[in-house]
Amino acid sequence: MPEEVVVVVDGVLVTMPAGSMVSAAIMNAGISSFRKSVMGQARGPLCGMGICFECRVTIDLQSHCRSCQTVCQNGMDIRTCE
Amino acid sequence: MNSQRYECDVLIVGAGPAGLAAAYRVFESGREATVVDDNPHAGGQIWRGEKEKSASTSARAWFERIRNSKIRFINGARVFQQPHERVLLAELDTEFCELTYEKLILATGARERFLPFPGWTLPNVMGAGGLQALVKTGLSIKGKRVVVAGSGPLLLAVADNLKRKGAAILAIAEQAPRGSLMRFGFGLISQSGKASQAYDLKRRLRGVKYLTGCWPVAAHGTDKLERITLRQNSRDWDIECDYLAYGFHLVPNLELAELLGCKIDRGAVSVNEFQQTSMANVYCAGEATGIGGLELSLVEGEIAGLAAAGQTARARGLFGFRDKQRKFASLLNRTFELRSELRQLPRADTIVCRCEDVEFERLRQSGSWREAKLHSRCGMGPCQGRICGSAVEFLFGWKVESVRPPVFPVRVGSIAGDSPKSNVQSPKS
Repeated sequence: MPEEVVVVVDGVLVTMPAGSMVSAAIMNAGISSFRKSVMGQARGPLCGMGICFECRVTIDLQSHCRSCQTVCQNGMDIRTCE
Repeated sequence: MNSQRYECDVLIVGAGPAGLAAAYRVFESGREATVVDDNPHAGGQIWRGEKEKSASTSARAWFERIRNSKIRFINGARVFQQPHERVLLAELDTEFCELTYEKLILATGARERFLPFPGWTLPNVMGAGGLQALVKTGLSIKGKRVVVAGSGPLLLAVADNLKRKGAAILAIAEQAPRGSLMRFGFGLISQSGKASQAYDLKRRLRGVKYLTGCWPVAAHGTDKLERITLRQNSRDWDIECDYLAYGFHLVPNLELAELLGCKIDRGAVSVNEFQQTSMANVYCAGEATGIGGLELSLVEGEIAGLAAAGQTARARGLFGFRDKQRKFASLLNRTFELRSELRQLPRADTIVCRCEDVEFERLRQSGSWREAKLHSRCGMGPCQGRICGSAVEFLFGWKVESVRPPVFPVRVGSIAGDSPKSNVQSPKS
């Protein structure tokens, strides 16, 4: 297993230890707003365990993925606030 | 959509300590054990990321036992429905699966209770366990300023963990009054193992401010958290920080048990001495039967596993240890009981339901959870009331119920998909 993986967060390359979650990669990229709420407020992860759905992002064109339950894979295309 | 069918003898839902202990005892009793879990790796929340290099001896010992057993794991699978008796459906990344079982053990664990206060929806205001989970899975916390707040022993464990990863813990704010924490301290001393754990924690957290009778009243920032306001003895002050890690103790995850029709009593799954629920063939162990911590979860898991495998005499042999742990649990829950002032935290425009952006004022006009759902869509978003439900229970005293399948949002294909092909798999050897 490789020691590191590289993902793309909103067009920027982010290197993470293998096994990291997508939510951690997004925050390490300096992004805190993962999605916009129904009233347009910025939201980020809350529960960190797949229950609250606040960390939803688009991963490889699939929308509404829970980033805290998705492991980073090389080349993954992650987009926030879509 | 692709689907698979697994025929299971004893099926365990949840791969935290209770689920792992249950699975091991089932295997050891000569029955087949299958564990299905929502997370990518076994360990639950408390043992998240500890499979390879655990700091805890108990985690190491259990993972070692599991490694040396033949237990089938289905990771990354969310159980969402029971189409017929003794059949569960679970959704994976790109497919779903049907799980049949003879005996079922629910070890669905707990989640943090989040109470709404002004600014709690800002990014970087996170669950205490939530932030810890992120740090365990790659978030870099080194040099970040963190305030830990809320209630319960989890706050100390999280502060310790984040500090070791290089975070600056500016304060730990515990809402429980100093008096009850002192009594809790004396209670710990009667349990030698727990006392030494507590002393170790205290030593490692030396220099960190532990404020009792103190809680957050507001979070401030434009697009993310910039500072928070704490209150103690009617005095408010602000602290600039990067993260607020907060949570008001824990609440059991009951959705699946409710869906199966198991009796719920005072916010926990009701079980008999063998951890058996009101439903035949369904057992429950760990935090879902009431918040009690790691040791209680493990012994309940062992009892449930042995009982499900028909080893009732061996199960009975563990009752004494469980009783002792239950005493500790009731002390724990008394100590961290929430003070009524916390009901005054939300302002009229404070959002309570984060999925549907429902403000406190709109809920206050409703008389019940059902009415609130109908009029405001509170609890109708993707989390299905998992976050706001435990908040409104505390804020308004409402009984939060009416679980309906699917208990998690799923793709249409998982519900409307063809019946799984009979692709019977036996446990890997």
